[in-house]
Amino acid sequence: MSAASAAPARRDRALNDALLRYVLRLADTSLVLGQRLGEWIGHAPALEEDLGLANLGLDLIGQARLLLTYAGEIEGKGRDEDALAFLRDAPEFLNLTLAEQPNGDFAHTIVRQWLIDAWQIEVYEGLTASADTRLAAIAAKALKETRYHYRFSRGWLVRLGDGTAESQSRTQQAVDSLWRFTAELFAADEIDERMAAAGIAPELAAAAARFGRRMDEDLRQATLVRPAAQPHPWHGKRGVHSEHLGHLLGEMQHLQRTYPGVRW
Amino acid sequence: MAEREVWQLLARVPDPEIPVLSIVDLGVVRYVRRAADGRLHVGVTPTYTGCPATAAIRSATRDALDEAGHRDALLEEVLSPPWTSDWVTPEGRAKLAAFGIAPPAAAGERASGPVGCPRCGSLSTERISEFGSTPCKAHYVCSTCREPFDHFKCI
Repeated sequence: MSAASAAPARRDRALNDALLRYVLRLADTSLVLGQRLGEWIGHAPALEEDLGLANLGLDLIGQARLLLTYAGEIEGKGRDEDALAFLRDAPEFLNLTLAEQPNGDFAHTIVRQWLIDAWQIEVYEGLTASADTRLAAIAAKALKETRYHYRFSRGWLVRLGDGTAESQSRTQQAVDSLWRFTAELFAADEIDERMAAAGIAPELAAAAARFGRRMDEDLRQATLVRPAAQPHPWHGKRGVHSEHLGHLLGEMQHLQRTYPGVRW
Repeated sequence: MAEREVWQLLARVPDPEIPVLSIVDLGVVRYVRRAADGRLHVGVTPTYTGCPATAAIRSATRDALDEAGHRDALLEEVLSPPWTSDWVTPEGRAKLAAFGIAPPAAAGERASGPVGCPRCGSLSTERISEFGSTPCKAHYVCSTCREPFDHFKCI
């Protein structure tokens, strides 16, 4: 093969690697958040919210399955959704740092959900026009579910924020404590830029502006205060995580690690 | 010919979670067609990405095809366009209502109109939870007859 035809192939490989990492970021964010929501089962403040959080988690894990299956195909090394979910270690997970934060109280869970729902709406909306038709199909499917999730999380944000003095102060505390993770949501790195240049993923700058306006409007209705922007030393999507992810994986992967290859 | 027969066959496969509905009523069977390879291709789409019934629907569909002698029929998962409750057939809506589940609004009437009580017909109802016992349902209560009921979510 001539050098001239090898060059594009090398470029394609680089693009393929970037696509793999990009899809894993989406997949892992959904999977890790879905696992977190599962921790609420049997513990939520009311039966209806228990069902709600479990339903959200189920959708997120469903989205993660479609994305992980696709990631396995892009990688081309024969790893399926289970191998990717259960047999990777924390530094190989590329989820947003926000997704792995502990549940805390109900207000923390709602604020984390509201932030990620709003982020997913922007990302999935952009992806429905992706040059990658597989990703576009998954995004269109996930977007419908995410809009429903956002209705739930936004509804609770307003009820808690514009609620009693106690619910308002705890929700404000949750916003204050989780806000530092939001800078990572729209901070584009070379993978995001490569994906945007290839027409695969949306430009994050425009999405960030829409997200910011949505935050302002929701916080205003919830009578909550938007914290000042903070620098972000968080790099979950590059595989550098807070201490919480390892513990979450320890529980999530326990069965597959203890009994390798076990099946239902 | 075989296509019509397969549609009729699948119209007898119940949804595992709401068995009064068939998978055809639910709108998840997207196509049945004889392709250029000479085989029957059957496209099935999931309702929700995480719906646990998806695997059960797939295996029930496979069994129904096999039992009817269509062993070489190809079962395909279709993601795009995504399923919408608009695809629940008029017959499916009637079956849901008769079963006590308020059906989703018909296509085009989505808006935020009131959800009618499937028991007494009252339009004075209240949503208890956006979610219910399956991903496709939400929880309501009727303010007139006071009965709680499920509403098949519009999505």
